[in-house]
Amino acid sequence: MRRTITSHSPQETKELAARLAGQLSGGEVIVLSGDLGSGKTCFVQGLAAGLGVRGRVRSPSFIIMASYHGRLHLHHFDFYRLTAAVELTELGLEECYTAGAVAVIEWGEKFRSCLPRQTMWLKMEWRDENKRTLKFGRGFTADHFAGMLNA
Amino acid sequence: MALITLGIETSCDETGMAVLEDGQRVLANSLYSQVIIHRKFGGVVPEIASRRHLLKLVPLMESVLTAAGLDLGGIDLIAATRGPGLIGPLLVGLCFAKALALARNIPIVGVNHLEGHLYSACFNGRVKPPFLGLIVSGGHTELISVGAGFRHRLLASTRDDAGGEALDKVGKAMGLPYPAGAKIESLALRGDRQAVIFPLAIMKDGSDDFSFSGIKTAALLEMRKRKLTPRRRADLAASFQEAVCRQLVTRTLRVARRRGVKHLVVGGGVAANGRLRRMFQEELAPGEKIFFPEKGLCTDNALMVAYAGYLRYKAGQRDGDALEAKADLKIT
Repeated sequence: MRRTITSHSPQETKELAARLAGQLSGGEVIVLSGDLGSGKTCFVQGLAAGLGVRGRVRSPSFIIMASYHGRLHLHHFDFYRLTAAVELTELGLEECYTAGAVAVIEWGEKFRSCLPRQTMWLKMEWRDENKRTLKFGRGFTADHFAGMLNA
Repeated sequence: MALITLGIETSCDETGMAVLEDGQRVLANSLYSQVIIHRKFGGVVPEIASRRHLLKLVPLMESVLTAAGLDLGGIDLIAATRGPGLIGPLLVGLCFAKALALARNIPIVGVNHLEGHLYSACFNGRVKPPFLGLIVSGGHTELISVGAGFRHRLLASTRDDAGGEALDKVGKAMGLPYPAGAKIESLALRGDRQAVIFPLAIMKDGSDDFSFSGIKTAALLEMRKRKLTPRRRADLAASFQEAVCRQLVTRTLRVARRRGVKHLVVGGGVAANGRLRRMFQEELAPGEKIFFPEKGLCTDNALMVAYAGYLRYKAGQRDGDALEAKADLKIT
């Protein structure tokens, strides 16, 4: 199921992500694509808050992967600096696609063929200084949207 | 008798080894940088980085030993980075270090990479704890209170991007080659620092934390608004660098003054930035002093690891088989 939602501020993006977190049950793989500054890390911060993660979620561009513990485990990947799919094996990516864990991957579209079938696709687009369009693509369900839009 | 330390650093891009005598005389300090390899790929490639570290460790060790005029029997202590960093490269370096210590039956000390940066300005007695340490690089932005006896306290850190990461990403978006953050500095020399005014990120909760994601986005917005002529490119580089430095300097001095600390230390790759150094000097109040490592010791290197390891050893630290690499090692 596809759907587009507009966010008017980083706070709104975080709240939307936090409500989506309430609909997750583990085993999900979410790819976030979009230019630098489109709010990907911001979305993950909201998701983490919604999963009850305590502590800070930062951009993992440098370390490539960071894991957090909340109601479910959250594995936060960032493929910004990666250039070859061969590296994903080394990262243990597949071990992170497990029940009880949510894997969220910034710049995941770079290695489409390494992602599982159930991957949920979210594209974030920049509209103006604060406004972003969130294009929810394949993998998202009516329940996800119901959760997100029930403020 | 002299105590000879072999330092090993493999936390990310550089394979480093250094030989240090009695914590003060550098017998050898060598670095095998992967920057050229990474430039080819436009970034760090962990799998390749791990393999390169593995290939380079033995030749690098032979070359530092030759430079120091020693053989392996002359090494009394091994100091190796155990985190934070990329787990693959960390494991390669630490396993090598542990095997070496075991084979030679000499002590090993695991070093926190951040502590290496913090103490690199202390090298040769230029400054001693207590001081306020700022580490700023592509992976870190941390403000740490450094007390005597390795009493460290993390006071503030970034909430999103690291300072060097913001410089790297904006530089890359401007089309600068890897490592783009360092290239911004030379481009900025030709630009107007006041051409674009970026907001100083203020934390609503009054915290001293850093945030660079907002100004990164603002810089990208500038690039979208108007075509980047060479003139505007230099202006944007200068203005953005100014904004990053302004935030680092303002926050650091605010914390130092509130805590009544007079000595400041800056380490990490961005500490080599000339504009950051000058801005700190300009803003210091009478009685305040700032210390930077030599430019060559700002970016990752093994001398700082050897030195921090030596200090820890002198304080009684000994690590054994249980020593483990930790990608997200905290400073304590």
